[in-house]
Amino acid sequence: MPELSELWSPIRLTVALASITTVVLLAVGTPIAWWLARSKAPWKEAVATVVALPLVLPPTVLGFYLLIALGPNGPGGWIAGLFGGRSLAFTFEGLVIGSVFYSMPFVVQPIRNAFEAFGDRPLEVAATLRAGPWDAFWSVAVPLARPGFMTGAVLGFAHTVGEFGVVLMIGGNIPGETKVLSVAIYDYVETLQWTQAHILAGGMLLFAFVVILAMMLLEKRIGRPGL
Amino acid sequence: MNAGDATIRAAFAGTLGSFALDVAFDVPMRGVTALFGPSGCGKTTILRCMAGLQRLSGRLAVGAEVLQDDGAGIFRKPHARRIGYVFQEASLFPHLSVRGNLLYGARRVRSGDATRALDFAEVVALLGIDTLLDRAPAVLSGGERQRVAVGRALLSQPRLLLLDEPLSALDSQTKEEILPYFEALHESLSIPILYVSHDLAEVERLADTLVLLDRGRVAASGPLGTMETDPELPLLRAADAAVTMEGTIAGFDAAYELTTLSVAGGTLVVPGRQGGAGSRRRLRIRASDVSFTRSRAVDTTILNCLAARIVSVSRQNGSDAQMNIVACLGEDGEGARIVGRVTRKSQEALALVPGAAVFVQIKSVALIASGAGRRPAVVRKP
Repeated sequence: MPELSELWSPIRLTVALASITTVVLLAVGTPIAWWLARSKAPWKEAVATVVALPLVLPPTVLGFYLLIALGPNGPGGWIAGLFGGRSLAFTFEGLVIGSVFYSMPFVVQPIRNAFEAFGDRPLEVAATLRAGPWDAFWSVAVPLARPGFMTGAVLGFAHTVGEFGVVLMIGGNIPGETKVLSVAIYDYVETLQWTQAHILAGGMLLFAFVVILAMMLLEKRIGRPGL
Repeated sequence: MNAGDATIRAAFAGTLGSFALDVAFDVPMRGVTALFGPSGCGKTTILRCMAGLQRLSGRLAVGAEVLQDDGAGIFRKPHARRIGYVFQEASLFPHLSVRGNLLYGARRVRSGDATRALDFAEVVALLGIDTLLDRAPAVLSGGERQRVAVGRALLSQPRLLLLDEPLSALDSQTKEEILPYFEALHESLSIPILYVSHDLAEVERLADTLVLLDRGRVAASGPLGTMETDPELPLLRAADAAVTMEGTIAGFDAAYELTTLSVAGGTLVVPGRQGGAGSRRRLRIRASDVSFTRSRAVDTTILNCLAARIVSVSRQNGSDAQMNIVACLGEDGEGARIVGRVTRKSQEALALVPGAAVFVQIKSVALIASGAGRRPAVVRKP
């Protein structure tokens, strides 16, 4: 029987990474989704395309650019310098930044769709009922877009859990620091530790199944037309 | 405060695609004003501009309060206008209960900006939605939703209420169910209402003032009774031309079951008991139910025979045979206006010309609206 404690470290790290990434993505992605849904700027689809790029790019390409950006000569290195570090590459913080970029489309797209789905009318109603734009956003837009937020959060979390290429490029394989689940499984297979690989891989399989099933059931329940 | 404070002054001009809008009208700050015209004449656009939901250059003042004046660089945002708006579709918030919807605007009222605050219980009772408060909007009928939408707008304590064809999405049975509530609103609220409609029957029941629109312009505006009898306007020339007037119940003849109503310039008799003395009713008299005599007819079955004086005689649209005769009730001709459609032969034979003293015979009077103090009879679907 392998040491179970050795398996816990990547699991804990992965959950922490995915949780933080999801929170950051909701905070950053919501205003982007709002702008994409409501703006009439002709170049907004160009912005939407940039957001969607990770859907198509090989993770290694994204990882490569992120590595440069996070490294000592990039903006990431400059930020690290403020805190006495040299680089954000090969750190947990660097992984969060990379994951945010990588999982962005999975969060922004469902929220944008939800914002677009209810149109202008509820916001106009709110305005004639004396709610200012900020007030109407929180009291009308967010509750009406709730299914989109749920889908976005679940997808963002799950997608971050499953990422591999970007992590390997910018985080490497530092136990307890950047060695997440997907990298750990790869490692175990490389070193022929099949039992550990089985446990982690089986767990991931179960996790993915549960997540997708939960999301489908959730959508059925709250996605019902409320009007 | 001067007299000009009691007026809503609106003027908007601009183009939307290929449609040009250029309107200006002043209407009194009380009662119901109907913006009436065919579909696509710009009615909804005017309301949206008034609410600030859409921006065309122009000016809007409600009483002394200027809400938009492009010349002075004033444009109040919709949420700062205190103008209630009821959309064609009720557009209730699906994530809130009926109570939550009603309170949405009410919670955003700042203390001290309503002259006379509308009370929650009062509005709920007036609209007959007291039993719906804990329901979700999704389970309401179309008529119920629209009533909740009206209540929601009222509870935001608006200085002006805009209704954009609130009945047009409803079937005729539901319309009949909801109209009495609107009449009750009309009677018991002091908030001015602007009502957009392309249905003349609704206008006749609810409006006091009429703004007649045609292809993005104001064709005419004024009190309903004046507009209905203006020979220059299409209302008089319509096949089913009619006048509406306000009457007060004066008495009831129990022996014959007849109710007497006094109107400006005379009294009218209608069958049945129509309510207590002193209560007000709106009457509608069709042009085809009115005939004229030069002397008071004595041997006739028609009970309503009133002295009047002719004010205008005009030819009916596309007809050499028919004439529209407008007369004012009363021997001095100072009363309510009435319109009758007669043949040109009769008109010439009786010398029915402006200024002539005549008697009008009215074959039938319809009571089209309930008056103050009467709870609307609720028609509930099973």
